[in-house]
Amino acid sequence: MFKYLKQLTSLVAMVAVLFTFTTETMAAKKSKTLKNTQKKGFVRCGVSQGLPGFSNADAAGNWTGVDVDVCRAVAAAVLGDANKVKFTPLSAKERFTALTSNEIDILSRNTTWTLSRDADIGLTFVGVNFYDGQGFMVRKNSGISSVNDFKNGVSACTNLGTTTELNMRDFFNSKGIKYEPVTFEKADEVVAAYDAGRCDTYTTDKSGLAAQRIKLSSPDDHMVLPETISKEPLGPVVRQGDSVWEDIVRWSLNTMIEAEEYGVTSANADSMKTSDNPAVKRLVGAEGELGAALGLDNDWSLRIIKQVGNYGESYKRNIADTGILPDRGPNQLWTKGGILYVPPAR
Amino acid sequence: MNIKKILPQLLTLLAVILIFGFFSYNAQVNMENRGITFGYGFLSQESSFDVQFSLIEYDGSHSYFRAYLVGLLNTILVSVIGIFFATIIGVVVGIARLSNNYLINRTAAVYVEFFRNIPLLLQIFFWYFAALRALPLPQDTEPMFGVFFLTIKGFFVPAFVWNNLDIFIYSIIAAIITIIFVRIYARKKQENEGIQTPVLSISIGLLIILPFLSFLFGGVDASVEVPVIKQLSQSGFTYEGGIKLPPELISLALALSLYTATFIAECVRAGVQGVSKGQKEAAASIGLTPNQVLKLVVMPQALRIIIPPTTNQYLNLTKNSSLAAAIAYPDLVLVFAGTALMQTGRAIEIVSITMLTYLSLSISISIFMNWYNKKIAIKEK
Repeated sequence: MFKYLKQLTSLVAMVAVLFTFTTETMAAKKSKTLKNTQKKGFVRCGVSQGLPGFSNADAAGNWTGVDVDVCRAVAAAVLGDANKVKFTPLSAKERFTALTSNEIDILSRNTTWTLSRDADIGLTFVGVNFYDGQGFMVRKNSGISSVNDFKNGVSACTNLGTTTELNMRDFFNSKGIKYEPVTFEKADEVVAAYDAGRCDTYTTDKSGLAAQRIKLSSPDDHMVLPETISKEPLGPVVRQGDSVWEDIVRWSLNTMIEAEEYGVTSANADSMKTSDNPAVKRLVGAEGELGAALGLDNDWSLRIIKQVGNYGESYKRNIADTGILPDRGPNQLWTKGGILYVPPAR
Repeated sequence: MNIKKILPQLLTLLAVILIFGFFSYNAQVNMENRGITFGYGFLSQESSFDVQFSLIEYDGSHSYFRAYLVGLLNTILVSVIGIFFATIIGVVVGIARLSNNYLINRTAAVYVEFFRNIPLLLQIFFWYFAALRALPLPQDTEPMFGVFFLTIKGFFVPAFVWNNLDIFIYSIIAAIITIIFVRIYARKKQENEGIQTPVLSISIGLLIILPFLSFLFGGVDASVEVPVIKQLSQSGFTYEGGIKLPPELISLALALSLYTATFIAECVRAGVQGVSKGQKEAAASIGLTPNQVLKLVVMPQALRIIIPPTTNQYLNLTKNSSLAAAIAYPDLVLVFAGTALMQTGRAIEIVSITMLTYLSLSISISIFMNWYNKKIAIKEK
């Protein structure tokens, strides 16, 4: 038995040395997530369990929404095809664990950017694709027209494990109102319970309220109160520790917003290659070497614009034309009175 | 010692250590890579979220540990209610299945087959949303006996407001201790002189008289607080005062009891059928009444067959109560492994605590039931 022991040890040592050597050089050169994505041939994207306008699957299983488009943009940039995305529907409770445990590579699920989430639990927020705020929905016949009309004993339905739960407490405490929080794990149950009359109000992000109102038995009997009680910047999230991947996701989103700013659309992107504006030429890959900095080819941004469209197209297709929030509000470009402002791609 | 006997044991031990070592090392490395720290310090931090229904005083200014206790107590509450009703329904249905009356017997069989073959989660959803659909809004409800209000927002019942509640509790404890002494005395008397004492009527009498005396002379005083309807808006109402049982608790307890009762009914049927016919005939032949036959001969033997599988059902019910999260009943899983986990992001710590808690709950129930089983087992002399 001892005859083989020596050979066995040297073999183990050799394998170990080889293994550490290879992993170190790879990690130094390239993003591990990028490498895995290219090997698999699809982007693993975590989305909601169904929020019209943001991430929602139709009967045939096709996902649409502004959150979905972020993942499609990354797929177009990295793999050359916006359809090479595998969507994983996640509850609010599951989402961060799915990301940190490597089940998905991008979490694009109307997730609020907060300090503790960014710093404490191994996540990195890469940007904001929708500026939102928490609001309240009530029955029109209740006569409630403002959050100041709520009284002690009001019951509020909402989702479990969201910033909504915390904002709601801060809000009702500041008003000195005693309330009853009724929290469900899935949005569909929240809607059903509110619809049945279990709760006097339904509170979540205003975009969510607008989207979920369509699911109520008679949407016209309900309205969203004008006040916004919190800041909810929603955006895509990646795992901490892979800065190359983080940059790819960040600049895929930025490209969509910048394309709108410069008037580049999916229809005119090819013709923009001959534009006089160097910023536009950089955006469609006709000038500069921006792709190389991200470890991609130079047509990455052109593919995003051609296959997914710019931010304005995505918003119109998913949120405005579906009647959820026809008015862009703060989600308008900074040049048009909104707060969408991204660093220049150069 | 024989090496052949020890070696497999050692190898098993080694394998277990290696597997656990691998997983904890793996977790440690991955958490370090992602900048996640590990620790239980968060338990003393302010939780900053509220819970709709709590047995102890709690709001968001209390700690995460307090939130854990809230969830734990709610889990215990729904389990105890569930076990209580599941046992009653289970025993009744189990005996009904043995009935000679065709209709009773078939009804019980249909109930058992129907409820135990539908997934529990579906039943919970069914009862919850059926309840929400069927129950009236607070302003439309008809009071039961003038003081109970069953509405979509919960079951509002009157609460007792006590003065000197402690003296009242002492009087009940005193009554229970006296009853224990009476029972010991009665048994001795029967063993020595063969005379039976009416223990039951004496016990009931004591339980009524002693607390009654505490009202007369102990300064105990109780008034009833009846829920009153309150208007929240032009169309929204609720009730104030009294005790509120949320519809989530009621439908969860209902679903758990009806589901688990089917299994308990089968345990009871098996237990009673397991007692041989000769035992009953022999008991009857020495002149015992049918009631005495059941109480003194059949049940003591049947219980020995019934208890162990019923213990399993109690454990199942407790664990199944974790499905509460689906319908917003704030149990341990919803409050602690749900909201608290989300707000802190401490998945490993919180899931490990939750798992240990369910383990401890289950083991406590097992220990109690094993003790009870031993108590009623045949005492060989």
